[in-house]
Amino acid sequence: MIEIDKISKTYDGVTAVDEVSMVVDTATITVIVGTSGSGKTTLLRMINRLVEPSSGEVRINGEATHTVAKTSLRRRIGYAIQGHGLFPHYTVARNIGTVPTLLDWSQEKIDTRVDELLDLFSMQPDKFRDRYPAELSGGQQQRVGVARALASRPDLLLMDEPFGALDPIIRAHAQKDLRHIQRTLGSTIMLVTHDMEEAIQLGDRVAVMDAGRLVQYGTPAEIIQQPATEFVAKMAGGVERPLRLLSLYPVSDIIEEGTAEGEPLDANTCLRDALSICLWSGRDVLPVVNEGVPAGRVTLAAIRARAEGPT
Amino acid sequence: MKSVRAAELRLSLPGLLLAALGFLALLAPFMTLAANRIVAGEGLTAWHLAGPDVTLPGLIAIVSGLILGLFAAWPKARLIGATLGLAGIVWLLSQSASPLLEGAGEYARVSPGLGFWCLLAVLMLVMADAITSLSPGPRTRIALLASMLGLLAIVLGTGLLSDLSIMQEYASRKDAFHAAALRHLTLAFGSLASATAIGIPLGILCYHGPRLRKIALPVLSFLQTIPSLAMFGIMIPLLGWVANSYPAAKAMGIAGVGFAPAFLALLLYSLLPVVANMVAGLQSTPEKARDAARGMGMTTWQLLMRVELPLGLPVILAGLRIALVQNIGLAVIAGLIGGGGFGTFVFQGLNQTATDLILLGALPTVALALTAAILMDVLVELTNPTPRKAS
Amino acid sequence: MKLAMIFRTALVALLLALVIKPIWFTWAFAPLAPEKGPIIYERASLLSLSLSHLGLVSLASVAATLVAVTLAILVTRPAGAAFLPLSRTITNMGQTFPPVAVLALAVPALGFGTGPTLVALFLYGLLPIFENAITGFSTLPPATMEAARGLGLSRWQRLIRVEIPLALPVILTGIRLSVVIALGTATIGSTVAARTLGEVIIAGLLTHNTAYVLQGGLIVGLFAVLIYDALVQLEAMLVNKYSA
Ligand SMILES: Nc1ncnc2c1ncn2[C@@H]1O[C@H](COP(=O)(O)OP(=O)(O)OP(=O)(O)O)[C@@H](O)[C@H]1O
Ligand SMILES: [Mg+2]
Repeated sequence: MIEIDKISKTYDGVTAVDEVSMVVDTATITVIVGTSGSGKTTLLRMINRLVEPSSGEVRINGEATHTVAKTSLRRRIGYAIQGHGLFPHYTVARNIGTVPTLLDWSQEKIDTRVDELLDLFSMQPDKFRDRYPAELSGGQQQRVGVARALASRPDLLLMDEPFGALDPIIRAHAQKDLRHIQRTLGSTIMLVTHDMEEAIQLGDRVAVMDAGRLVQYGTPAEIIQQPATEFVAKMAGGVERPLRLLSLYPVSDIIEEGTAEGEPLDANTCLRDALSICLWSGRDVLPVVNEGVPAGRVTLAAIRARAEGPT
Repeated sequence: MKSVRAAELRLSLPGLLLAALGFLALLAPFMTLAANRIVAGEGLTAWHLAGPDVTLPGLIAIVSGLILGLFAAWPKARLIGATLGLAGIVWLLSQSASPLLEGAGEYARVSPGLGFWCLLAVLMLVMADAITSLSPGPRTRIALLASMLGLLAIVLGTGLLSDLSIMQEYASRKDAFHAAALRHLTLAFGSLASATAIGIPLGILCYHGPRLRKIALPVLSFLQTIPSLAMFGIMIPLLGWVANSYPAAKAMGIAGVGFAPAFLALLLYSLLPVVANMVAGLQSTPEKARDAARGMGMTTWQLLMRVELPLGLPVILAGLRIALVQNIGLAVIAGLIGGGGFGTFVFQGLNQTATDLILLGALPTVALALTAAILMDVLVELTNPTPRKAS
Repeated sequence: MKLAMIFRTALVALLLALVIKPIWFTWAFAPLAPEKGPIIYERASLLSLSLSHLGLVSLASVAATLVAVTLAILVTRPAGAAFLPLSRTITNMGQTFPPVAVLALAVPALGFGTGPTLVALFLYGLLPIFENAITGFSTLPPATMEAARGLGLSRWQRLIRVEIPLALPVILTGIRLSVVIALGTATIGSTVAARTLGEVIIAGLLTHNTAYVLQGGLIVGLFAVLIYDALVQLEAMLVNKYSA
């Protein structure tokens, strides 16, 4: 559990982060979202003390971060940044093994770990281990960056716009991978983005920042349905909010008995896609299958009901 | 098929220019014959040097070398051509010296003339151009350099050229020459080593402290601006007390104020390239990589040793290269203040209007500087931290 | 900024005084001169030596600039592109030749006096200017060049209105390096009987007169530093003008 307690940062009288408090649960993804300059990066970097807070403190599992030596604190926390920050003179394997090396792991253990991580990110170890960053595509560099941050099985993984430079397709892929990896490893992740779509897709909890303040902290559904301020409402998508909301739930949530005509839908499809299919194919009901077995149907009316905001 | 051949026969424009210059140079006097070491000699073109049994093979080698240098598509042929041409001029030089000296008087001297030097320059350029277009790897370049130096050593060692007047100057002051060479190397490398020992920590401090950097770099570039003679001169009152400890060449009547001021002057000159490149090298680490390194918990020392230094090494070495080549050249000035080195012969020669003595000092300096430059370039390339670039 | 200006003015004043009224400094140099020896160099007026020194350097530098920039323009045109690698090789190798050696090697070819010094200064001065000019002309922003073509400027107009002005700061850096080297090499030129300020230093070395050595060294050093500084200011001005 990470407790951020009234933390602030002031640069020459300019407040970049203003008394932010929040609690992050273990084994969840928390996404910090906000416009440019709202203090997201500063907040994240105060957690591993790359930026020293002007006031307030951060506790990880009850232990205040300022009581631990900076370097050993950072070795326990994974850190991945936009544009990966890979070392150009290290091979992929050495890049990933940086923190384990700093922690004096045996070379054997490091090698095993590197291969494990490469496998996890679907990059064949034999092919990629000995390449230099310049010999990888942007997406691959990004994955190595994240793998490097995960290498020493950190308690906590901090990610600053890790997918910023990727094209939409690779980006969606990387987001799915991250979700999957987080579930498998049970890691705690704090991720910064300025893209609300990404925040809603990825976050168990979303923290919205505006001008250094934390204006709302809640589940994606809360953010969309009960935005705390005008600003959050606008960030949450304005008129697109119903669609964003639909994207949060799978079809299985509103399945009903019965059958329908036409191409069936998988139960894991999100409601937003189900709505799209209804509109595109001009149908009011769609059949649903669960792992290939017919499981019932979903109606346009039920989807609509789910998309309604608070009255 | 036809078009391929046409492309292969395409002439290299620089090759054409160089060949034209080479043929012009053939018309200039290839060697000069003088009655003694001071007076100006009489120039002899290549075909007047000796009988056809000597001149013909040489001329054929030179001409065919120049012609081989013409083909743009065959850099290897150009390289062979250049080597052939060089062999030709060395042949002419070595084979015609003793016939020319025969019966020319006891003090007669033969030396290479304008034509020889121009042909040498032209052929070296053909060679350099061919090597550039072959773009050999660092190891091949080292091998090429080593074989060139080896050939030079063989030509000089076997006494092929010992009839030339510059070699006679050498023979008559062998010991002084070796002492000068040793001194020259000590001056150049010693001051570089000290500059490195001071400059690397200073560079690291400057890199971490913008305030120090803002003072140190302008001061060092100010030092670089001071003309070398003035710098060497100003060192004398500063280091006057070290004077006379080395009884080196006092040919110009200059008291032996010696090694120390020369050493110090060279040291001061080489600080700028060392420190400036050190700072630039450390700064060349991408900001993101530095950020990531800190984020992963590297200490400042680990960041320096594992990331910044290895990434900056080529730039840092490039600074050492500049300093070394500059030092080798400037060490000549030491000859003026009794600091020894090849400069001793240069200034003695200028003083006595003895061309061969000037050459005896200047040529080794030039050769040394060129060799050092090539070696350091290879070293810079070898230390490139990402050997394979993005495909 | 202001402090720098005051400092600069003071140095200029010092230099002028040293050159025009060296007598004023007798007290300062006296302790360095040998006993009963001359203190202030009087074999030739320091002013005329300075003028001759600067004249030699300016002549060589102007000629080197004209030739080097013209050559650089030629080898960076499509027609001259074949010569580009060779030019690079020549500048790389040429600059490893020590200036002193170039000067010394000019003597056997040209004899003593101002001639060889001028030629050596010219030849050696070519290289940095040529190198920088090539860099300047071959690293122009492609978007700007594209735009210039798009606007319908002829080749000649592009060269005069776009390429030369944009490459000018880099070329000026080359000229500055070249001038500084020339000032230094010209000093050594007095060993081959050229009339330069080096004469004073050499005379000091020959007669063990440290006062002479320091006088000459100070004047040459001040000239070099001030000229270097002036050229740096000029470059900064140009760069500011373009980035504004
Ligand atoms: N080192 C610093 N010195 C001074 N001001 C800073 C510094 N770092 C950040 N700031 C200021 O603090 C504020 C917050 O910056 P921060 O980098 O945290 O924003 P961000 O939300 O990450 O923005 P972006 O989405 O553009 O990355 C900005 O106004 C920024 O200018
Ligand atoms: Mg940011």
